[in-house]
Amino acid sequence: MPPARPARFLARRRRSYFYFIAPTLVVVGAVIIFPWLYTLWMSAFDWTIGSAAHYVGLGNYEKLFTNQRFGEAVLHTFYFTALAVAAPLVLGTAAAMIFHREFPFRGMLRGLFIMPMMATPVAVALVWTMMFHPQQGVLNYLLSLIGLPPSLWVYSPTVVIPSLVLVEVWHWTPLVMLIVLGGLAALPTEPYESARLDGASEWQLFRFITLPLVAPFILVAAVIRTIDALKTFDTIYVITGGGPGTASETINLYLYLQAFAFYNIGTASAVVVVFFVIVLALALLLLHVREKTKWT
Amino acid sequence: MRTPRAGIALIGRGRASAARCARPASALSVLVIVSPAVLVFLWMLSLSLKNEIDNLAYPPVFIPNPPTFANFLQVFEQNSIGRYLWNSIVVSGGATLIALLIGVPAGFGIARLGAKRLIVLILIARMTPALSFLIPLFAVFQFLRLNNTLTALVITHLVITVPIIVYFMAGYFETLPKELEEAALIDGASVWSTFRYVALPLARPGIVVGTILAFIFSWNNFVFGAVLAGRETRTLPVAVYNVLTFEQLAWGPLAAAAIIVTLPVLLLTILIQKEIVVGLTHGGVKGG
Repeated sequence: MPPARPARFLARRRRSYFYFIAPTLVVVGAVIIFPWLYTLWMSAFDWTIGSAAHYVGLGNYEKLFTNQRFGEAVLHTFYFTALAVAAPLVLGTAAAMIFHREFPFRGMLRGLFIMPMMATPVAVALVWTMMFHPQQGVLNYLLSLIGLPPSLWVYSPTVVIPSLVLVEVWHWTPLVMLIVLGGLAALPTEPYESARLDGASEWQLFRFITLPLVAPFILVAAVIRTIDALKTFDTIYVITGGGPGTASETINLYLYLQAFAFYNIGTASAVVVVFFVIVLALALLLLHVREKTKWT
Repeated sequence: MRTPRAGIALIGRGRASAARCARPASALSVLVIVSPAVLVFLWMLSLSLKNEIDNLAYPPVFIPNPPTFANFLQVFEQNSIGRYLWNSIVVSGGATLIALLIGVPAGFGIARLGAKRLIVLILIARMTPALSFLIPLFAVFQFLRLNNTLTALVITHLVITVPIIVYFMAGYFETLPKELEEAALIDGASVWSTFRYVALPLARPGIVVGTILAFIFSWNNFVFGAVLAGRETRTLPVAVYNVLTFEQLAWGPLAAAAIIVTLPVLLLTILIQKEIVVGLTHGGVKGG
């Protein structure tokens, strides 16, 4: 340890580190912070592009909370998010347990397994659209092979959201798997050895040692998944456009319509603010749970 | 050098200790979890290599017989896909390059200052719906008459690339040994030369992974282009959605175009497969 250095010397060094950050601060200010403030400001105006803006205070929010279509969009979003978080968490954790074992071609198979995660969402959505087709789609053919009746998939108002979740599960289970796999790799070995000596079964090892130890990692995956599921846009926009009717219209789809189909900038800005509060609240809730379950 | 090795060693340790030998049941389970991932891509390939009659046949024709490249030719001949490919390269390449120039030093500065608040800012940005950045930027670009230009798209894509690079690099620099930099500073090196000659060479593997991640996320983005691009400045995902779904409803060319969009990304993924794991254990679960 070097002896204590003069305070001025350290202050100067801190300042030089700050210069490293300054350009990024400028860019972040321009493309991230400015849009936040602008959105907050515009949410207080009634402004459609092409007409004059006038100040309405909280009027946009009042209208939003009494708007039935927006209320339904919120419900669709929660329904979609609950499924699109829970299913990948369960499947991803199971997949991580499988990939944690040693078997031939493990690296290659893991590579194949994580391919969906990086594939372009629009391309994937187009292929799923073709697979969902009620007459010519391959999914209904596969159902018929195992003796199940055909489904209308994304053409049915009741099945559309679970169908879209299917795409989401296919797309994002690998991400959960990778995060949990990272957690498994960092596990200590001692608890397993002593538990085995005591005659614990494989299931007991998983339930009482592995699961509690990787719980923080599963929660990290849950936070990321929740944020991304709430924000899902490409898949829904390409496959259903929010339809049939408004059966799969989530907050993000509603927002897109308000902003770039109706050019209702005031309303859209208010939707953004409400949407952001929802995302932030859920993320903070999950992070709070994570703090509570920390094991280090 | 130490970090990626340490990460792999960490995984290697787990592998050696907790992993049991393969059993028949686990072979089956591997098959069950891997096949959906592979089958969708194979189906995409199958659709792109068949003619329209086979693509609409019921029961479906699985193996193209004989395979045809007509769909790919059609996509290149009838839709200026070459131009859109170039647009995508310019937009994602440009936005990634700018993000690297400003983001790598920023990641270093944040790691050494322990500026946690900036990381929180970036996390909040990651939580914000992408559309909410678009509305104000759309208005500004209209004012500056930049709508429908690639410049506007590059600037907007910074929303994607800068946070990824900064977040990833801050995490990476934090894991580098500080002793070397301390030694250089005591020997009288400036902060800039410690960065340039000590930290930067050590961080090269991290920069490669960060670059590829930023490029992939920018390449995959659809909504920025969908709103901001004009007919001539569409990026590839936007072009595939617009041109092909509305102007021709044929499945073969659509699947061929989908492959053209996603193939570069899949190849990049294979390239950094191991590092994604390391990257996620380091960058992805920070603070744990």
